[in-house]
Amino acid sequence: MRLLKVCAVLVAVALIATTSLAIAGETLDSVKKRGYLIAGVNGGVFGFSMPDEKGVWKGLDVDTARAIAAAVFGDATKIKYVPLTAVQRLPALQAKEIDVLCRNTTQTLTRETANGLNFAHVNYYDGQGFLVSKKLGVKSARELQGATVCVLPGTTTEMNVADYFRANGMKWKPVVIEQTAELSKAYFAGRCDVLTSDASQLAAHRATAPNPAEHVLLPEIISKEPLAPVVRHGDDQWYDIVNWTVMALIQAEEFGINSQNVDKALRDPNPEVQRFLGVIPGLGAALGLDDKWVYNIIKQVGNYSEIFERNVGVNTPLGMERGLNGLWTKGGLMYAAPFR
Amino acid sequence: MAQEVADSPEITASTKIPFWYDPTKRAIIYQVVVLGMVGFVAYYLFTNTLANLERQNIATGFGFFSKEASFEIGESPIPYSAADTYGRALLVGALNTIKVAFIGVILTVILGSFIGIARLSKNWLVAKLASLYIEVMQDIPVLLQLVFWYAVFYESFPSPRQALSPIRGVYFSNRGMVFAVLQPHQVYGYMALAFVVGCFAVWTLHRWAKKRQEKTGQIFPVFLVSIAILLVLPLVTWLLGGAPLKMNFPKLVGFNFEGGATLSPEFAALLSGLVLYTAAFVAEIVRAGIQAISRGQVEAAMSLGLRPGKVLRLVILPQALRVIIPPLTSQMLNLTKNSTLALAIGYPDFVSVANTTINQTGQAIEGVGLIMVVYLFFSLSTSALMNWYNKKVALVER
Repeated sequence: MRLLKVCAVLVAVALIATTSLAIAGETLDSVKKRGYLIAGVNGGVFGFSMPDEKGVWKGLDVDTARAIAAAVFGDATKIKYVPLTAVQRLPALQAKEIDVLCRNTTQTLTRETANGLNFAHVNYYDGQGFLVSKKLGVKSARELQGATVCVLPGTTTEMNVADYFRANGMKWKPVVIEQTAELSKAYFAGRCDVLTSDASQLAAHRATAPNPAEHVLLPEIISKEPLAPVVRHGDDQWYDIVNWTVMALIQAEEFGINSQNVDKALRDPNPEVQRFLGVIPGLGAALGLDDKWVYNIIKQVGNYSEIFERNVGVNTPLGMERGLNGLWTKGGLMYAAPFR
Repeated sequence: MAQEVADSPEITASTKIPFWYDPTKRAIIYQVVVLGMVGFVAYYLFTNTLANLERQNIATGFGFFSKEASFEIGESPIPYSAADTYGRALLVGALNTIKVAFIGVILTVILGSFIGIARLSKNWLVAKLASLYIEVMQDIPVLLQLVFWYAVFYESFPSPRQALSPIRGVYFSNRGMVFAVLQPHQVYGYMALAFVVGCFAVWTLHRWAKKRQEKTGQIFPVFLVSIAILLVLPLVTWLLGGAPLKMNFPKLVGFNFEGGATLSPEFAALLSGLVLYTAAFVAEIVRAGIQAISRGQVEAAMSLGLRPGKVLRLVILPQALRVIIPPLTSQMLNLTKNSTLALAIGYPDFVSVANTTINQTGQAIEGVGLIMVVYLFFSLSTSALMNWYNKKVALVER
């Protein structure tokens, strides 16, 4: 297992070593020529990206990738998913093994600079939290002095939790296990007092626990984790396509256009909507896409609200409220730049 | 040969052959060409990688070594906190790997020899049990064994608040074994020094006794005297230092125990998994080594009147070791390399720490390179040590 991962990174390294630099427009051309999109995903987080019992990929990140495929090909099914670990994901993108990374990846300064990547518009605003057993009687993360904490490695989780305990002058002990399933098993068996990760992932773990009601999320959210799709530096056109695909999902929700009423919306007299859906042509061509790109996305994948509610919303096992992920008009942070 | 050819002028004149017909020179040329090609490919990959990374504005180099790591490590033989550097964090990881590999190798050799000898036992039950152990352990993948032992440790013990305490100062819980240790005192340092002095004395005694035996044939009871020296010297130091015996008892504070020393479930699971798995292979190597000695050797030694212990020590072992050492070395290397599976059960070994470093710095190439270099170093130093030992026990031809 370990060896496999090291091999995968090595292959990625070898690819970096032998391939040349991205040129603007090159990614779109190669995706079109290939006939399908290659998306890097997590593969193990329920609600974000995971195959269901029939082997069909489901999740918020998966739907984001489907939206990109719909924008490029007019067909949301033309995707190959590549499950990647936290360690593999950035080298895989840098080495062009994948076209886009939709794998709950946090936007940070280092990643946009030192790692040579660009983050598109955020598709989920997350934050790191703590899951504890109700039996401990803990009401706040500040009461966790001396606790043993199970940490999911990757992203910035380990650093955030270390910073939090340091800032509050508390002692603690980490247990870091790479495999998510093994880690949550250890937590639910009592190896740790606390499980920490992004709040959405904690909700996913609790949903799969033997007794979900016995565990509670503490109120403290100790970090900002804006999760967004990632592309390589150096291909601005491809970045624009990915970025505006996410914004199109948000804008569609704002317009009240969803997969059910999008055909009716084509006859909407509002010029903004007509431009948005390509009835008045121009926007798609500017991106190098078909003018019906937004129509295809909404028709086949849905708007942001539909994606959210179907994968992580209150009626799913995760039961997440919209919160920060609500529209800006409803007190959330989801805000699309104008389509004109 | 060459000398003769050069010395006879008539042959030299008629056989001035071009160098490409000379097999020796040709072999050298081939090797230089192949080496050059390998070197060129390596150079090309290296410079091209650097150039690509630079063009993509991806940071390179080991500058991150001196930056603050800002992540905690579960257990460490040296003081470490999140405020220390990545360099120190990686050092902690390396020491953790050395710790588990070193203790693991020693336990494996002991257990493996024991089971290997047991398999050759004349007692039917003992022999069958030993072969059963070997067959079962060899056939279960080591990762599975690690996960199994880890689950056993955290599932079968109670939470810290209900910890089992068989004797005072020792607690078993799903956080591991916590036990009382001696309060640090300067006398213990002197005791360690006394032990080192004792080791030196034993070594000198051993040489002297060997020389005397070669000269006079008299046998000196080296073993017993050595044990006495090694025990008495530190003990006397301890008594002279006022015999300090203050213990540091663990106490339950909040969630967990504080004070004392902890044997974590991760370390225990990794150690038991690796030792039990590798010991099965070592047992087979030991058995092969012993069976490689012809029956006649033992019979000859016994008819000389040597007791069974001496037969083993003076006749069987010196010959068996020659067969045992080389494959044993590769099992030691296997154990060290398999310790990277620690990642699966949360023991902070070198790979685990390096992975976190890669995650946080994003410098995967440097990180993976470092992992390879460090394990290469571990393996080469183990090999060097074992090769040296192998030379010592190898057949000395006179």
